[in-house]
Amino acid sequence: MGILVYCEFENGRPRKTAAELLQKAVALGAGPVSALVIGDGDTSSLGANGAATVYQVSSPVLGSYSTGAWVKALAAGVKASGATTVLAAASSVGRDAFPRLSARLGAGLGVEVTDLRNDGGKVVGRRPVYGGKALVDVVINSAVGLFTVRPNSFPVGAANGGAAAVVAVDAGLSDADVDVKVVETLAPASKSVDLTEADRIVAGGRSLKSKEQFDAVLRPLAAVAKATVGASRAAVDAGYAGHSEQVGQTGQVVNPTLYIALGISGAIQHLAGMRTSRVIVAVNKDAEAPIFQYATYGIVGDLFEVAPLLQKELEKLG
Amino acid sequence: MKVGVCLKQVPATDTRIRINGDATAILTDDVKFEINPYDEFALEEGLRLKQAGKATEVITFTLAGADADPRIRDGLARGADRAVRIDDPGLAGSDALGVARALAAALKAEGVGLVLCGRQAVDGDSGVVPAMVAELLGAAQVSWVDKLTIEGGSFTAQRAAGGGVREVVQGALPAVITCDKGLNEPRYATLPGIMKAKAKPIAVKKLGDLGLGGGDVGAGAVVVTHNNMGQPPARPAGRMIGGDAASAVSELVRLLRDEAKVI
Ligand SMILES: Cc1cc2nc3c(=O)[nH]c(=O)nc-3n(C[C@H](O)[C@H](O)[C@H](O)COP(=O)(O)OP(=O)(O)OC[C@H]3O[C@@H](n4cnc5c(N)ncnc54)[C@H](O)[C@@H]3O)c2cc1C
Ligand SMILES: Nc1ncnc2c1ncn2[C@@H]1O[C@H](COP(=O)(O)O)[C@@H](O)[C@H]1O
Repeated sequence: MGILVYCEFENGRPRKTAAELLQKAVALGAGPVSALVIGDGDTSSLGANGAATVYQVSSPVLGSYSTGAWVKALAAGVKASGATTVLAAASSVGRDAFPRLSARLGAGLGVEVTDLRNDGGKVVGRRPVYGGKALVDVVINSAVGLFTVRPNSFPVGAANGGAAAVVAVDAGLSDADVDVKVVETLAPASKSVDLTEADRIVAGGRSLKSKEQFDAVLRPLAAVAKATVGASRAAVDAGYAGHSEQVGQTGQVVNPTLYIALGISGAIQHLAGMRTSRVIVAVNKDAEAPIFQYATYGIVGDLFEVAPLLQKELEKLG
Repeated sequence: MKVGVCLKQVPATDTRIRINGDATAILTDDVKFEINPYDEFALEEGLRLKQAGKATEVITFTLAGADADPRIRDGLARGADRAVRIDDPGLAGSDALGVARALAAALKAEGVGLVLCGRQAVDGDSGVVPAMVAELLGAAQVSWVDKLTIEGGSFTAQRAAGGGVREVVQGALPAVITCDKGLNEPRYATLPGIMKAKAKPIAVKKLGDLGLGGGDVGAGAVVVTHNNMGQPPARPAGRMIGGDAASAVSELVRLLRDEAKVI
């Protein structure tokens, strides 16, 4: 019965997606809401966001992510909770572990959903397919249903729940469960929010013309806007930006509240990655550019003129 | 070591989508199909491993009808040694877990030591089949790999772990690796390659060949159903902001702050 939310932690604190999913789980009204925590961390805010119970799996082998250990911990948590619906963020952990968990439990999985509803007591997901050109309902036919949810799909309101009871779950983990070992972590040059979880994105295209100009014009604007940098495939292929910064059908699929596209034409494959953004701003010198059909606000102009002005205006706001 | 490459055909990414009468899938009658772009990275990596003497054979695995043969031939023309296509009426209506069960059974039957898949198929954009296959094979898995080295019975892979962080990971074979952009530059088929491919076999496997039955795959084993497919809601008409650049930018900032309330 009820909904279990796998809550991810970063630096000992729950990530924003934990509050997003817990509050949505409560709003669904499909039974009691509980949280699953893997590893140590401060669980005190989970009750306030709606969890009645926190199931926590602790073990020395949970220091850094490994599929083997996580899937075993998730499976133990799901069993202990007795939940019939399990939610997780479509983050790198959710995307890697949940399909394997689905196969282990024989539980149906709906991935990348952007909406959830309670259909007569049953939780049904809705998700984009074909690069966002269609949406489809995902209905689970097994006893337990799993969903990964794109970050920023649901708003986070005030946390006015109570305190949760914490239940330790023994997943029987040992060193042997760490099947793939992290031997080195390469930190990014500048630490920013992951594209797929970013609330704001400033993205540039081929029109930036060189890596130097991408770095000199686009990155400072993104920094001032407190945004993560994105790029079109044309910009990535030309070497102006990194592969991990590509937005689109063969890049990252993003779901921010604000997406600013500078000198991006709006090809169908680019739209596939960003069309669900809540507010889209497009700056393009071609008034006929397809991106304007999707833009909330459009400016026909030269990005080399507009970007510095925008940066100044945003600096003023602080 | 045999390398298995899971190759799926998907509608070309610029396809206009038309939805079928019962809103469960798209109409595919006039759709142009291509090899899933990420599976091209997987195939290329397999071919490079063979060239480097780390793989004895590169075999592609596809679960599809005979209409996928042109894409499978393309894989053979690029250099795959042979192909397995899983095709049986009993597979109709399979969900991802059913597809994974059939692929895993075929991979196991061939004794594949390394399975290379795409990060996701750009039709459903799910990215679930490879991890399911890994679980069913009891193999290690690494998602979104853009650098791979095989040494003896182990692998070293680099992957984007989120937040711009990159990880170098190590494990023992057998493994299922999902391939991301940046791993390599896929080759195209050459004319001699196309000629050679004509003589290469595509083995069609039935459920019975794989030791599978109705409880494992097909409509009877489904745990996930897709329905109510529709167009995404139209975005409300946007607003073009005119005037010179300076005034347009201050108007934009005002709208972002006061109307959209996003800054
Ligand atoms: C299988 C496949 C997968 C693909 N996957 C992706 C993907 O994941 N992501 C992706 O982005 N693309 C993808 N593409 C490529 C896509 O089709 C486009 O080619 C690409 O998005 C174009 O990038 P762009 O908008 O930067 O460049 P262009 O299309 O060249 O557009 C540049 C734009 O900048 C404008 N411009 C030029 N100078 C200025 C200036 N000074 N100020 C303002 N505006 C200016 C121009 O008017 C033009 O609209 C894929 C293609 C295929 C076939
Ligand atoms: N029907 C199929 N035949 C062969 N490989 C497949 C099939 N479905 C999925 N795959 C493999 O699994 C990857 C991810 O697919 P998906 O989980 O559907 O996004 C693809 O890139 C392929 O490598």
